[in-house]
Amino acid sequence: MEILSNLALGFGVALSPLTLILAVVGCFLGTIIGALPGLGPSNGVAILIPITFTLGLDATAALVLLTSVYYGAMYGGRISSILLNIPGDEPAMMTTLDGYPMAKAGRAGDALVISGVASFVGALLATLALAMVAPYLARIAYKFGPAEYFALYALAFATLGGMASNNQAKAALASFIGLAIALIGLDNNSGFYRFTGGNLHLADGVDFLVAIVGLFAVSEVFVFIETHGKASAVGVKLGKVTVPWAEMWSTRWTMLRCSAVGFVAGVLPGAGASLGSFMTYMMEKGIAGDKGGFGTGVAKGVAAPEAGNNAAAGGALVPMLTLGVPGSGTTAVLLAVLMTLNITPGPTLFADRPEVVWGLIASLLIANFVLLAMNVPMVKIFVKVLMVPPAILLPGVTMISFVGIYSLSGSYFDLVLMIVFGVMGYVFRKMDIPTVPVILGILLGYQMENNLRHAMTLSDGDWTYLFASPIAAVLWIAAAVGFIAPMFLRGVLKRPQAPESAIED
Amino acid sequence: MIRTDRIFGVVVILVALAFIASAYNLPPGNIFDKLGPKVFPIIVGVGMAISAAAMIMKPDAEPDWPQARSLLSLAFATVVMVGYAYALKPSGFLIPTAIVAGILSYQIDPKPVRAVLIGVSLSGGLYVIFKYALGLGLVALPRALMG
Repeated sequence: MEILSNLALGFGVALSPLTLILAVVGCFLGTIIGALPGLGPSNGVAILIPITFTLGLDATAALVLLTSVYYGAMYGGRISSILLNIPGDEPAMMTTLDGYPMAKAGRAGDALVISGVASFVGALLATLALAMVAPYLARIAYKFGPAEYFALYALAFATLGGMASNNQAKAALASFIGLAIALIGLDNNSGFYRFTGGNLHLADGVDFLVAIVGLFAVSEVFVFIETHGKASAVGVKLGKVTVPWAEMWSTRWTMLRCSAVGFVAGVLPGAGASLGSFMTYMMEKGIAGDKGGFGTGVAKGVAAPEAGNNAAAGGALVPMLTLGVPGSGTTAVLLAVLMTLNITPGPTLFADRPEVVWGLIASLLIANFVLLAMNVPMVKIFVKVLMVPPAILLPGVTMISFVGIYSLSGSYFDLVLMIVFGVMGYVFRKMDIPTVPVILGILLGYQMENNLRHAMTLSDGDWTYLFASPIAAVLWIAAAVGFIAPMFLRGVLKRPQAPESAIED
Repeated sequence: MIRTDRIFGVVVILVALAFIASAYNLPPGNIFDKLGPKVFPIIVGVGMAISAAAMIMKPDAEPDWPQARSLLSLAFATVVMVGYAYALKPSGFLIPTAIVAGILSYQIDPKPVRAVLIGVSLSGGLYVIFKYALGLGLVALPRALMG
């Protein structure tokens, strides 16, 4: 019953008026961010980070706000998938397959309600599972020494890189570029400056928030300038929204199965929400067989990926909180938040700062109920937001990014650096080089090097020490498998693309 | 045919070599810090070079680069934003923000009157939100005008 007392502690923290208001604001902003094509959970959270800090919120309050945005964006992604056949963010891609056919058949309201409830079921069960699993994993993590942590970081890069790109060489390159950027600046152990080229602005290193906002938000502007915002959403129509109880009830097992599978997919480092929704959709399609009519607009086809990706979003918090290793791009961004707040995620977090961990979990539970209310009865508000033309939205996002970064340091240099990262993000996206490993490298580079140096000093320079313990060996093997396996699986698990032609009509 | 991946790979290898060379000049480790500041950067540099070499050996299909006109407008957007970075401090928030937001808006959807309106209203609206709702210390106008 330890979990109940822990949750009681959490609700004690989370049920203050300020955190409740922040949760509601975060859920609202998050749903909008998720619904807008071109803004997903990672860039949405990224833009809001600097602003959160300048507001002077404490650690718990900042986390509540940003994780509510995170969960909200996962809910919101489905709205544009269903109405426009454009995924609001990547994990919502599978929802287009049955959601858009339902909308075309005049059942957009039903699709939104069913997928909203599926999101709720997935996210709620995953949050409860997080509360149960995380403390145990934190206990195992106490056994980790520097060699194990180094192996764990390697595993995170291998699996995240392996999943994120179609080309392993490009994923590996992105990781190394991130690590190289992390090494710029003062080396705390030796007191030497490295790779600054004599530039004083680089002496403190590259702030990962600058990199994140540049890669995720500024690069988006370039994409929209090139395409002239073709993916805009003018002319969306949605009739009266009613709740199709019987049809929803028929998807109950789908929702439960997909929540379980999605959670596991989320916990695996690197797999994340996109894989969660993909796996659950394919699983349900297989179970339903040809008679299931998947792809023609059936309720199970929207329930499965939405339960899956929201459960994965909760699952991805497990490795982030217990080990300090993010399981997805957005949790990498959340890790950046924690590090900026001087909170080191990992096993000690559960012992030293229980109010942060359990306050976070409690506020996630609250956020879920807020989101259910916003996304089912109030869904029409967000449909209106979809009509904001990109010619207003993207300049707005850019200006917010500039002010956010400027308010952190007040330095023009960081702004220029952010633009450089924006250009880099655009070019990388064109070349199909994933940007998430770059972020991960910048975030983890310092700790990865420290653990390696620590391990080598302990072993007096014996490199086999890195593979000596059973935990480390298992992690290395998992890393190798995670990096190599996608090369072979890619042919088998070819992702179905949303039909391009459907966007035009 | 020379492909983007190959050119990019060569550039990365050159950068990686410079990175490794720079790391070599750092001091070696000692008894308290066996590897010192140089070994991990060298590993990272070698990793960069190897992955770039793999890109050169086996490049992907050519990315779908925009046409010259689009590239030009992307370059222009970059220049405008860099200009904004330098202008923000001396000229205050309102004027540069209105100009840049207007230009970006026009570049996404070329409707001049609307772009001007969007620039001005975004600048004013964001200023009010940042200054009064979020309490950021923004300066509205050039310092010379503020006295």
